[in-house]
Amino acid sequence: MAYKNFILVCAGTGCESSKAIEIYDSLIREAEAQGVKNDVQVVKTGCFGFCEKGPIVKVMPSESFYVEVKPEDAKEIIAEQVVKGREVKRLLYKKDEKTADTVKIEDIEFYQKQFRVVLRNCGVINPENIDEYIARDGYSGLERALFKMKPADVVSELKASGLRGRGGAGFPTWLKWDLTIKAPGEVKYVVCNADEGDPGAYMNRSTIEGDPHSLIEAMTICGYTIGASTGYIYIRAEYPLAIERLKIAIKQAKEYGLLGPKILGSDFSFDLDIRLGAGAFVCGEETALLQSLEGKRGMPMPKPPFPAVQGLWKKPTVINNVETFVNVAVIMTKGADWYSKIGTEKSKGTKTFALTGKIANSGLVEVPMGTKLRDIIFDIGGGIKGGRKFKGVQTGGPSGGIITAESLDEPITYESLTALGSMMGSGGMIIMDEDDCVVDIAKFYMAFCVDESCGKCAPCRIGTSQMHDLLEKITTGNGTEDDLLKLEKIGKAMTKASLCMLGGSAANPTLSTIKHFREEYLEHIRDHKCRSGKCKDLVVYSIDPVKCIGCGLCARKCPVPCIAGEKKQAHVIDRSRCVKCGECFKACKFGAVVKN
Amino acid sequence: MAKMNLEQLRKLREDKKQDLTRREVEGKEIQVIVGMGTCGIAAGAKRTFDAIVDAVNAAGLGDQAIIRQTGCMGLCYVEPTVEVVAPGMPTVIYGKMTEGIVKDLVAKHLVGKKLLDDHIFDRPAADIMKK
Repeated sequence: MAYKNFILVCAGTGCESSKAIEIYDSLIREAEAQGVKNDVQVVKTGCFGFCEKGPIVKVMPSESFYVEVKPEDAKEIIAEQVVKGREVKRLLYKKDEKTADTVKIEDIEFYQKQFRVVLRNCGVINPENIDEYIARDGYSGLERALFKMKPADVVSELKASGLRGRGGAGFPTWLKWDLTIKAPGEVKYVVCNADEGDPGAYMNRSTIEGDPHSLIEAMTICGYTIGASTGYIYIRAEYPLAIERLKIAIKQAKEYGLLGPKILGSDFSFDLDIRLGAGAFVCGEETALLQSLEGKRGMPMPKPPFPAVQGLWKKPTVINNVETFVNVAVIMTKGADWYSKIGTEKSKGTKTFALTGKIANSGLVEVPMGTKLRDIIFDIGGGIKGGRKFKGVQTGGPSGGIITAESLDEPITYESLTALGSMMGSGGMIIMDEDDCVVDIAKFYMAFCVDESCGKCAPCRIGTSQMHDLLEKITTGNGTEDDLLKLEKIGKAMTKASLCMLGGSAANPTLSTIKHFREEYLEHIRDHKCRSGKCKDLVVYSIDPVKCIGCGLCARKCPVPCIAGEKKQAHVIDRSRCVKCGECFKACKFGAVVKN
Repeated sequence: MAKMNLEQLRKLREDKKQDLTRREVEGKEIQVIVGMGTCGIAAGAKRTFDAIVDAVNAAGLGDQAIIRQTGCMGLCYVEPTVEVVAPGMPTVIYGKMTEGIVKDLVAKHLVGKKLLDDHIFDRPAADIMKK
């Protein structure tokens, strides 16, 4: 007995709270009442990512997409769709309320807020099968470059597309390539920076794992454009699956003649090789990466000379990150006209982000530039886990800053993020809620920078550890208001005087949290209090003798143990031995354990 | 496959494009596609993959089904994800498909032709390559 129709009711948290379960029950009841229960299956599904128009009901196989459905609508949906086989027009999603034109799902271009350009093949093709990539217009961008365009045409195409580098401050990609073309020298190189090292960022890893041929195609196009015959992918050894899939992809491309001598019968030859990084964060900085690629210790060099003029083995080199290259493959396939329509005036295209932290739907997302942070966190990400209050979002890892609730409606562009004291950087987004302590977070990122500073320049080597010591002082309740001023002073000096962006941006998390949450820093300093309870030295646990019923649960949970008391009598914590793990606080069902 | 020239690449692309629009792949009507990025694998996608192979064989569908892998779809919070393409059924993406639920998936979706409750998720964006 096969069903003719399937009704999918979105029961994600957003829709569930707006009566999805009632709708689900009504649909089942109606199907039975109208005698069609054997023709239709009603199922509950996860979030469709379109919560603002919820509750959502989707009917398959007709792909009818109903929005703002009410439980009363169930009767009509069953009567029309299942019994008579017609769509319920009034419930269909309308692109424009005025024209009332209804559209099918595949035509609703931005209905889900996400727009996948870089990730277009991820989760669609088998990354270990070159044929599937080719079937989705793979290598047609390379074909177009090799047989229809001169190198200068590729540069013009990139210029028209408006593509800017995705790894850092957003340098125009066409200009970088053009400078390399114009740099004197016979031998030139193409390098891909796949050394994604920010805590919480994994967009590049997933892109390579899901679609390695896009990167190969784009680097080959770059080689053709700048006149290079060799390219290197510098990827961290911690990404074994991405490396494995890249190796398979390179081998397949070589077998097909898409890499190697005389590609596709043209006069252009190009080869790619993989180089593994040992996981030093500083090697994500382009000059340090090039040093490491040459087999030397990864340390940054002063710029200029820029890699475009003097890069790998002192030869002109284009170095772009994974996402920038993959965008090139799409631009060359679908054209600059198509691409330049996505995004804002100065920030074209899309950006991938890795949503992590206190977010309901963590995951890999891609949105057009200009999308608001609020849309990413609350619509795509489903809001804060457990319904807690949003505190801030850390973008750009240890080089970025915290963005707070008041800036949630800022459209994401290179310029807006810089103005907010953050940066596009790589695209890790770590969401924080009210249980996170900003001073503790600033300390975490500073500790990361102390570990990862290469030590070559004094501002970064000394500055990061001095700032870390000051933050440590504050989180242990020994800080002074003078320390806050010192943090700002050292931070500003490091930003200006460091040799590379590691030191130049290491102070960002601290400076931006001081800017937005000065009050919380002052609480740590003046009141020796950490409102989130994260700074253990500032937390004291005690038991309220009035509320305590003497059940003994806290004493059993205590790992030390340092809680004593007779049964049915108020218990007491021995503070001299307490390790402040918080287990008693979590365990107590009567609110008798007090944290302050 | 030997090295190709331009014409051969174009022909291969056309051939493979037609394969994509056809419902069956390699003569098999059922496709089960498991998300095998690092996130999926960390959530148990390899065990899910093996369990699907076993369950499909046990259900006697081994000669009708092809089980493939793909990269990360972006739904990291509900990994492992599995896409099921089967005749007479809408194509759906299932999340939270740990190995324990696989038997249910095969018994209900592939044999019983019924969708599984509470596990269906949506592809996060429209496909730009479709137009």
